Amino acid sequence: MATKNKMVNITNKDLNDLKEELLKKYPPKVARKRAKQFMVNEATDGNPPEIQANVRTIPGIITMRGCTYAGCKGVILGPTRDIVNITHGPIGCGFYSWLTRRNQTSPQGDDDWNFMPYAFSTDMSENDIVFGGEKKLKAAIMEAYELFKPKAIAIFATCPVGLIGDDIHSVARDAKKELNEKGVDINIFGFSCEGYKGVSQSAGHHIANNQIFTHVVGLEDDVPESKYRINMLGEYNIGGDAFVIEDILERCGITINATFSGNSTYDQFARAHAADLNCIMCHRSINYVAEMMETKFGIPWIKVNFIGVDATIKSLRKIAQYFGDKELIERVEAVIAEEMPAIEEALADIRTRTEGKTAMLFVGGSRAHHYQELFREMGMKTIAAGYEFAHRDDYEGRRVLGDIKVDADSRNIEELEVEACPERYKPRKSEGELKRLEAEGFEFKDYEGLMPDMPEDTLVIDDLNQYEADELVKRIKPDIFCAGIKEKFGIQKMGIPMKQLHSYDSGGPYAGFSGAVNFYKEIDRLVNSRVWGFMKAPWEKNPELSGTFVWENN
Amino acid sequence: MSKLLRHTPTEVMDRKALSINPAKTCQPIGAMYAALGIHGCLPHSHGSQGCCAYHRSMLTRHYKEPVSAATSSFTEGSSVFGGQANLVQAINNIFTVYEPDVIAVHTTCLSETIGDDVPQIVDKAKKEGKVPDQKYVVSASTPSYAGSHVTGFANMVRGMIKDFAEASGTKNGKVNIIPGFVEPSDMEEIKRLAELMKVKTIVMPDTSGVLNGPLTGEYKMFPEGGVTPAELKDSANSRGTLALGEWASADGARFLDTEFKVPCNVLPLPIGLNNTDLFVDTLRRLGGVNVPESILHERGQLVDLISDYHQYFYGKKVALVGDPDQLIALTDFLVSIDMQPVHIVTGTPGKMFYKRIEEITKDAPFTPNMKEHGDMFLLHQWIKNEPVDLIMGNTYCKYIAKDEDIPHIRHGFPIIDRVGHQYFPTVGYRGAMRLLEKIVDALLSRLDRDNPVESFELVY
Repeated sequence: MATKNKMVNITNKDLNDLKEELLKKYPPKVARKRAKQFMVNEATDGNPPEIQANVRTIPGIITMRGCTYAGCKGVILGPTRDIVNITHGPIGCGFYSWLTRRNQTSPQGDDDWNFMPYAFSTDMSENDIVFGGEKKLKAAIMEAYELFKPKAIAIFATCPVGLIGDDIHSVARDAKKELNEKGVDINIFGFSCEGYKGVSQSAGHHIANNQIFTHVVGLEDDVPESKYRINMLGEYNIGGDAFVIEDILERCGITINATFSGNSTYDQFARAHAADLNCIMCHRSINYVAEMMETKFGIPWIKVNFIGVDATIKSLRKIAQYFGDKELIERVEAVIAEEMPAIEEALADIRTRTEGKTAMLFVGGSRAHHYQELFREMGMKTIAAGYEFAHRDDYEGRRVLGDIKVDADSRNIEELEVEACPERYKPRKSEGELKRLEAEGFEFKDYEGLMPDMPEDTLVIDDLNQYEADELVKRIKPDIFCAGIKEKFGIQKMGIPMKQLHSYDSGGPYAGFSGAVNFYKEIDRLVNSRVWGFMKAPWEKNPELSGTFVWENN
Repeated sequence: MSKLLRHTPTEVMDRKALSINPAKTCQPIGAMYAALGIHGCLPHSHGSQGCCAYHRSMLTRHYKEPVSAATSSFTEGSSVFGGQANLVQAINNIFTVYEPDVIAVHTTCLSETIGDDVPQIVDKAKKEGKVPDQKYVVSASTPSYAGSHVTGFANMVRGMIKDFAEASGTKNGKVNIIPGFVEPSDMEEIKRLAELMKVKTIVMPDTSGVLNGPLTGEYKMFPEGGVTPAELKDSANSRGTLALGEWASADGARFLDTEFKVPCNVLPLPIGLNNTDLFVDTLRRLGGVNVPESILHERGQLVDLISDYHQYFYGKKVALVGDPDQLIALTDFLVSIDMQPVHIVTGTPGKMFYKRIEEITKDAPFTPNMKEHGDMFLLHQWIKNEPVDLIMGNTYCKYIAKDEDIPHIRHGFPIIDRVGHQYFPTVGYRGAMRLLEKIVDALLSRLDRDNPVESFELVY
């Protein structure tokens, strides 16, 4: 641990040189495009450089990205336990999104709905492609109803569905009408989330937001009375994160009215309009629903973050400040005070082994920012970060929203026109209260983005590809690299510890206070594991390699 | 009792449209796996990028190894107007940035539905100088709405042979072996047996050394393993082809037979005693060699093990789910040691499955429930109706195993919650011994768990 990697005290010039060198490998057109997505962060006065994001993927570049179906079915709707989600398509899409994201769910009784361990598909065959799959889809819906009698069935379109012209929405309407006429209380709706739409998972988030908002949100007005009622938006309960957050909020006396969508149910979506505040964890995936709920029902939204102890404390205080009730504020402070000794004890030990180490984070659309908090707490520096599919506002902050032009590849993603609901629109705060909160520094509907939160001598890279990942690791040699399953084992072959920040490598939870301690311990284990010292056999002598590998420093 | 799969009823309802908990996945992942068995090859998925991400992820979860593959990354525009520009651009970018020797292109339901002509696009890329000298682009059509991942494997094997094989006019004295959709460890074991017999082989594809590699501090995007382009070319000059597994391997072998008069033998996968015997004996005759004592020794060890623990195998009921070639060979093995595979489900279509299982079980004291193009929901219902002592299948079976409290042996694809399959074979005599060790361990661990104090045994 005595000597650090030489690239730690890296300057902006070093990084600009590195960027130029990496771009040289590309054909000229590719180099020009990547130059706009591969940024040296110069976050001066909170005005970071403009990054190009949410643009089409370069063919053949080996992207980390997935598709619209994954963003819609896999991410947003997958975690809801009591909707029968039918994938309309050949078998693959349904198979690969079967239990592979770790959205934990906790049905209360043994008889409660839980469709999480099931994969439902129309398993389209050649005949369905040629003659159309609408009949099969209708039959599948009826069979699903017959077998499970669920309260809702959702249909997800895959690539060929749009091409052959199957109208999943009319099939859904027909099936719903037919069952409703028989006296069956069931909701059936579809998502046109064909994989080729947009340029990434992101389009799927938007489509999911639109359809859930249109078909479910606001259907249930019968909501039990409770205090400090919030919705938790964009928290998918990977590895039990939402359970930790639920526990903290419950102890503070805050009621979670609905979660979008970790450990969620259909009924939660239906009563989502009854909350008094929307709290956004993952800005990218769920900001659409928050905006629409504000317009239609008058619910304000704030950005929160429960990843990291400081972030958790800030978020709790922000919620308490919003409700402005002395009792709540005191309870929040009491919960924080209860939690801190365990955190301080863990960090005092772990920081002796993590201080000064470096990390790189390349994760979907929000964690590459959130997890920097945890690394900071461990005394580690994030020297490069980026998203697969975030938009400019996630990088640069929502202040740039007005400047973002929707390009040809994303133009066909529907923007819903939403108006205030005549019956149920209700401002949660008076103009005066809002003004007062804002004067106190309270930020509504704002997210400052990843770039202003990172120091200057760092890299921010959108849609990182395999070539760039390998080169970054080879040249900068971070102490840990964070990304997903596809990246994990290539990075580890180079002797660099790799932490999956999608699946948490089957670990977690990492949210809240106890989650933070889990994470500290996990990173300590990874960066200080003895295994990185075993790569060379005693008889292998290669002077070129000595002194360059991280493991030799430990 | 059921908690995880709590909505699966005992009563079986006939389903025509809804597939639940599939016992298969789609073609391209099989093609991607086959392409990884070519040395210096980067698989390429011609479709929207989600497929490629899913296929890489699933293979990576199964092998705990890097799986590289590129994609055409279709947008809505290319989905309407065709993906030619995407693929030509991809080929150029791949050769420039990643420098593989071979790009093996497969398709998805997207590019197949719009009707992209991949060989024509590849020709265009060649004419435009996007394919450097001594570099290759091969392709296979792998529509996800037909067959399964096994079909995709077969299609890519046929594609690589079709695009590479060249008759030189001189026989090379080698035997081609198409090992089927099996693990790298199985391919390694098949090669080891052939080497012991001193038969020169071309194993295609061959993922050993690719998907079970070492950690050395250096990441090689194109590891040492894989069948080389030179070998693939030379496959047209071999003495014959052994195709292991009808579904996965027969197409490629028959192509060589038809086009280049390389005679083919289609055998079951060499899982278990009978099928390994058949493999070794056929290889002996094709190669014109004697079987060495060392192989006979291994065989004898297997027979010894069967006799030592036969009392624990005898009459035990097993539920099997997986790929047809695997299930046919496995059923034969289990029947040969007097176990009873009473429920057998494959998600892969093909009526021939019934015929093969019927042949294998015709003298057995039970009649199995069989289903091709079936799913795990059905298998679970069958198990509820007729319980079994053991379930053998991929990781997804663990939900059934837990709910029904049945020992589960992980076998097939994908196994994403355990290690071993990439390192230790289940083919050959040694593979059969490993399978038996697993079966004994599973059954006797259950006995140890359940036996009360008075009958808890030290010795088995």
